[in-house]
Amino acid sequence: MDTVRDIAALRQMLAGLEAARLPGMADGFSLGAGGPERAGVTLARGALHEVQAARGADLPAAAGFTLALALRASFAGTDMGTRPLLWIRQDAAEAEFGRPEARGLQALGLDPARLVLVRAPDATEVLRAAGDSVRCAGLGALIIEPFGEPRALDLTATRRLSLRAAASGVTSFLLRMSARALPTAVATRWQVAPAASTPGEANAPGAPAFTATLLRHRGGEGARPVEGGTWNLEWDHETCSFRDLAALSRAVVPVPAGRPAGAGAADAERGTRRGVGDGLIAAFRRTG
Amino acid sequence: MALSPRSAAPAEGARAPDPLAPPPRVFVEKAKNALRLAAVDRAAARRGLAPGLTLADARARLPDLAVVDHDPVADAAFLETVADDCDRWTPLVALDAPDGLVLDITGCAHLFGGEAAMRVRLLAHLHRHGLGAGAVVAGTPDAARALVRAGRGGIVAPGGEARAVAPLPVLRLGVDEAVVTGLSRAGLKTIGDLAERPATPLAARFGAELLTRLNRTLGHEDIRIVPRRPLPAAIAERRFAEPIARAEDIEATLALLVDDLALMLEARGEGGRAFEAAFFRADGAVRRLTIETARPSRDGAALARLWHEKIEALADPIDPGFGFDLVRLAVLRAEPLTPAQVSLDGRAVEEEEVAALIDRLAVRLGRERVLRVLMRDTHDPGRASALIPAAQASATSPTLSLALPADLPPRPLSLFDPPQPIEALAEVPDGPPLRFRWRRVVHEVARAEGPERIAPEWWRLPEGTALPATRDYYRVENREGRRFWLFRAGLYGRESGEPRWFLHGLFP
Repeated sequence: MDTVRDIAALRQMLAGLEAARLPGMADGFSLGAGGPERAGVTLARGALHEVQAARGADLPAAAGFTLALALRASFAGTDMGTRPLLWIRQDAAEAEFGRPEARGLQALGLDPARLVLVRAPDATEVLRAAGDSVRCAGLGALIIEPFGEPRALDLTATRRLSLRAAASGVTSFLLRMSARALPTAVATRWQVAPAASTPGEANAPGAPAFTATLLRHRGGEGARPVEGGTWNLEWDHETCSFRDLAALSRAVVPVPAGRPAGAGAADAERGTRRGVGDGLIAAFRRTG
Repeated sequence: MALSPRSAAPAEGARAPDPLAPPPRVFVEKAKNALRLAAVDRAAARRGLAPGLTLADARARLPDLAVVDHDPVADAAFLETVADDCDRWTPLVALDAPDGLVLDITGCAHLFGGEAAMRVRLLAHLHRHGLGAGAVVAGTPDAARALVRAGRGGIVAPGGEARAVAPLPVLRLGVDEAVVTGLSRAGLKTIGDLAERPATPLAARFGAELLTRLNRTLGHEDIRIVPRRPLPAAIAERRFAEPIARAEDIEATLALLVDDLALMLEARGEGGRAFEAAFFRADGAVRRLTIETARPSRDGAALARLWHEKIEALADPIDPGFGFDLVRLAVLRAEPLTPAQVSLDGRAVEEEEVAALIDRLAVRLGRERVLRVLMRDTHDPGRASALIPAAQASATSPTLSLALPADLPPRPLSLFDPPQPIEALAEVPDGPPLRFRWRRVVHEVARAEGPERIAPEWWRLPEGTALPATRDYYRVENREGRRFWLFRAGLYGRESGEPRWFLHGLFP
């Protein structure tokens, strides 16, 4: 009888393992935590996703959001993010918003050595390079960034990219600086604007924070369609996941000196440093 | 083998001048306060003009002279094109300014039917392009150069250099004018005279340079030439009796050559990182194209595809003219390449795929458009990271990824190079700004952190340069949640009275 019970236990274990491979679990990726996670938003791997900046000047935020998504997309199975990320940019975008900075990439949690940046002179070349790159299964993720509203970027072009992405399994992101809706064939469409961050010590700007609106979610393989929504999220580079942005936007009151050290745990979370020696807590202003 | 220009054969000079022929042409330059002839054409030389004559004297002899300004730059450029064309004989070609070439034909002569046949073919080839030249084949470059400059021709038998150069004047050693004058005062007129003398007194009187030159010219000491182009690691070429011109033929030829090279590289256990294709046109013009790969490669199909991309992407297409009679493919840089073991999860294949993609994009868009991020260990934000061509970087290079110092304040995702000037208003002189204006938009600062004071790297500055201002960096967030990296150049009171503000980067 023991054997039977063992086999039953094994079956149960196997079922548990299988579940991890069900569509919607293994073939998609989520935003980690927070509102979208609770709403069941899953992004399909091997599909084309669109991230548009709410306004032209919000492109840095949209780029940060896209890089964060690309980073999450590149964690697949046993591969804990070693494959290269290819970022195809049009020259005009770089002239407008500057070049990527290695330590800034690190601050997002992305190893700069993984990034390959391609500069293309115009939108046609961007799409041409994207068409080639999306077929390369060795890429962790692909970011396509044309500038403005190029005529070449239409339903046909995006449909072609989607199909190729599905064939190769390369998760691709179309990063657009204009919020005007273009007829694009994408699995999800996000609109991103920066949000006020959770203030750190002495009212310092905190982690990257976004207001992300899910405009469209088509579902498909590995992802069930969900209703759109708007969430305030912040990016945690250590766990490489999004989380809810705390509702408060007022400054955190500095901890008064002289409080007992026992309250340290909560304070440490808020970013204050523990004073050494006499068991007091002091809030320091970071000066560089 | 040394080449130098020759004027027409002497037999021609005996003929009566043709009344319809264009007037003799001379090239003049200003030397010693007079216009003097720098060069003369064949017709002028036949009628007794020689370089060095003043223009006034020449006009007195031949009133119908055509006078042209001497242009040494154009001459040098032309010599380069001739040298390019001479690459078809041997890859080792050196310039012998102002008008000669030295070719190292060691190991090449048998390809053209021996030294004598090669010399005749080379001279005939130059003659077809309207170049009169003399050529001497000798054991050392110096001996060949001295002989051809003295107007000799032919081939010096191995070991016969000393005898061949003995009657030449000492001027042909190529030493300083002062030394030549000194030697002739001492009664030493020919190279043979010098060769008979004991070496030590000569060196004591005229310097070691003379002895070195003498030994090289006599063939006692052999030194190789320094070729104009670096010697390739491997070469494959195809010669055509009938020049080819069609684009398909050119690409098919390249595909064949790539396969030849792949075999050579495989035998050596190497892969090429940089390749150069040279197309030699029948009329002497040479077009060169280069491609680079991100990692050593000897994959024939992939390389042929790269060449196809390269030729497609050319802004000015290859002009075949009357066709190419020689196409050469060379590996400029080779690196060891061991066949990668195919791992079970196919990672090696994927890496290959990515490398091939990078190569293809680099060839189509240009190598400076496919980039990797390089990190430098410095505090200077402008230098801390740079974008370098992916073909130049290797993924294993440690400089690509440095650990972030734990206490380093966050850096922006994108950086402006150079920083953009802004107008900022601060509450206190050395505090963070309250509001600032960038690109005609006013931003109200809601949160700020700083300053992070970054001093310029004075040890990198060239001596005598004024020290740039110290920068106080602030991380600020405006009311809409946009985050910026600003700095104030200069410290109040100490470095500047009215410091200027700049925006250096943007945070996500």
